[in-house]
Amino acid sequence: MTRVRLTDHLVLILGVLLMMGPLVVAFLTSTHDHVEIHREGMQFTLGAEFAETYATVLTREGGFTGEITGLLMTQNSLILGIGFAVGKIVISMLAAYAIVYYRFPLGTFFFWVIFSTLLLPLEVRILPSYEVAQQLGLLNSYTGLIVPLIASATGTFFFRQFFKSVPDELLEAARIDGAGPVRFFFEILVPLSRTMIAAIFIIMFVVGWNQYLWPTIMTTEEQYFTLVRGIKNVMQQMIGADIPFYNEALAMAVLAMLPPAVVILVFQRMFIKGLVEQEK
Amino acid sequence: MTTLRIRDAVKRYPNGVEAVKGVSVDVGDGELVVFVGPSGCGKSTLLRMVAGLEEVTEGEIELSGRVVNALEPADRNIAMVFQNYALYPHMTVRGNLAYGLRNRGTPKPEIAAKVEEAARMLQIAEFLDRRPSQLSGGQRQRVAMGRAIVRDPAIFLFDEPLSNLDAKLRNQMRLEIKKLQRRLGRAAIYVTHDQVEAMTLADRIVVLNGGRIEQVGTPTEVYSRPASTFVASFIGAPPMNLVDAQLDDDGLQVAGQVVAHDSAHRGPVTLGIRPERAHLVAGGAGLDIEVAVVEELGAHRLIHAHLGGHEVTVAQSADEPVPAGRMVLSFRPEDLHLFDRGTGVRI
Ligand SMILES: Nc1ncnc2c1ncn2[C@@H]1O[C@H](COP(=O)(O)OP(=O)(O)OP(=O)(O)O)[C@@H](O)[C@H]1O
Ligand SMILES: [Mg+2]
Repeated sequence: MTRVRLTDHLVLILGVLLMMGPLVVAFLTSTHDHVEIHREGMQFTLGAEFAETYATVLTREGGFTGEITGLLMTQNSLILGIGFAVGKIVISMLAAYAIVYYRFPLGTFFFWVIFSTLLLPLEVRILPSYEVAQQLGLLNSYTGLIVPLIASATGTFFFRQFFKSVPDELLEAARIDGAGPVRFFFEILVPLSRTMIAAIFIIMFVVGWNQYLWPTIMTTEEQYFTLVRGIKNVMQQMIGADIPFYNEALAMAVLAMLPPAVVILVFQRMFIKGLVEQEK
Repeated sequence: MTTLRIRDAVKRYPNGVEAVKGVSVDVGDGELVVFVGPSGCGKSTLLRMVAGLEEVTEGEIELSGRVVNALEPADRNIAMVFQNYALYPHMTVRGNLAYGLRNRGTPKPEIAAKVEEAARMLQIAEFLDRRPSQLSGGQRQRVAMGRAIVRDPAIFLFDEPLSNLDAKLRNQMRLEIKKLQRRLGRAAIYVTHDQVEAMTLADRIVVLNGGRIEQVGTPTEVYSRPASTFVASFIGAPPMNLVDAQLDDDGLQVAGQVVAHDSAHRGPVTLGIRPERAHLVAGGAGLDIEVAVVEELGAHRLIHAHLGGHEVTVAQSADEPVPAGRMVLSFRPEDLHLFDRGTGVRI
């Protein structure tokens, strides 16, 4: 029994080291001077420049125009992440509601049409998507960053499965209790789905936060830059005569990882609950 | 006065299944009518048509004097109790009871008063702030009934409300439902496939079979004068013995034996006799039979015997001596039921 537990722990510890090691090294390195990093490579001790580096990254006005700071980028990333997640949830819940509760001609057909868009990820349709967004005048706007991405086959599918598992009698009881379609949705279905919503929110927030390709194409003005893009920028900008600011790039990477990690830690309970059980 | 009038109701589902094939039933004020029948006979469908959950294909549903075919369930002044309770899981018991009233725009103090009263009546006052998931099956059932009571409907509709409970609780709740219905003095329709529930609860029983009414009557009528072989075999436990027989001038020919009978009818018939109305005696008038198996049930026993090629069941008190071998099946002539062999209709 004890031996089994020991190996269990060893495996887990190994896993943690494997997953967390690079993060820790990245963090430690980011607290050193960039010249030192350039000379000696990655660092395994805490350096002296923590406060300075992170303050610089967050507040220095960078880019060509000097319009963007780390703080602004964080804000942009948050707007994108939250907008992306909330948008996806709203759209896919409404779509699933229509598919499950309304008998309209070709309902199943439309569901499979939505479902088949899983086979067409953004990368495949990026040119037409850009074309449409551009014609709508959405370049360089938060709307353009978010809206073209929020249709979600995955979300629709998950909500559809969930709604289908809600007993019909609940709908009938609600009808007898005088709840119309809107009431039923907001007062019964939405509260019943809340663990589901939390789970999808986490996943989608992280996906949205990590978007790189679409923001790169949609936004050229630096005031819309996200953290993920910022990392690359820091590096790129420094490739000149000088030694690159490795420490700042790494600090940015660490910062970019924080919000998703916080979201997951906070929603973890609900997330797992949403995946394994349904309160019905 | 009549609370509910169902006139020639027909239900055809979009897939072509005709679940209800022209049914007419009246439910009087304060009357408890039970729809009973085997699985798939259309009793739930009929109830749901009354509730407004299924559209009426043909015919009319008239509630308190107005035709309600086109009305939404919420506007029909009905309340329904579902088999699986269908409580809102995210609301407290109080929220569950109040939801319908809130949607109707009932003033808050009135809602509170009604909820309190229903909760007191059903003895669920102490659970008002719990969620349904924190209640036992029986308690959930009470909450479901409370939700119906607060609406103060013209008619209560129950669709097999007790089938998820264990046998003991079921008996207890059955009695409570009846008491409650009497106390509220409202009409009710109760759907079940359990004939014991039907017999004990009903003022009137409607026996359904294949989307049609087989018989309507008080429990006593349905038990003592079944209108068809279907009703005869469905109501009563163990079911009525049904044996092929022939009526001619000598009387009733059964499995090569003759019993005197004064019916004017001639031809092939089905003879019915209830197990509890038949007796086994050592000799005398009656039909010779051969005892096969004896089942002891405590207070009484069931004897399975052969009569020609038929199996016949007799129920008797456990105080009587255990029969064995060749015996005579005796009965009073008025306990015999005769049905047309072809149509199954009572003669
Ligand atoms: N939505 C539906 N679409 C098509 N056919 C249906 C539908 N609902 C019920 N039926 C059919 O109608 C018939 C009657 O169904 P119903 O549910 O009324 O039976 P029931 O008497 O309540 O049976 P049970 O005792 O099993 O509840 C059945 O043959 C059933 O298959
Ligand atoms: Mg049913």
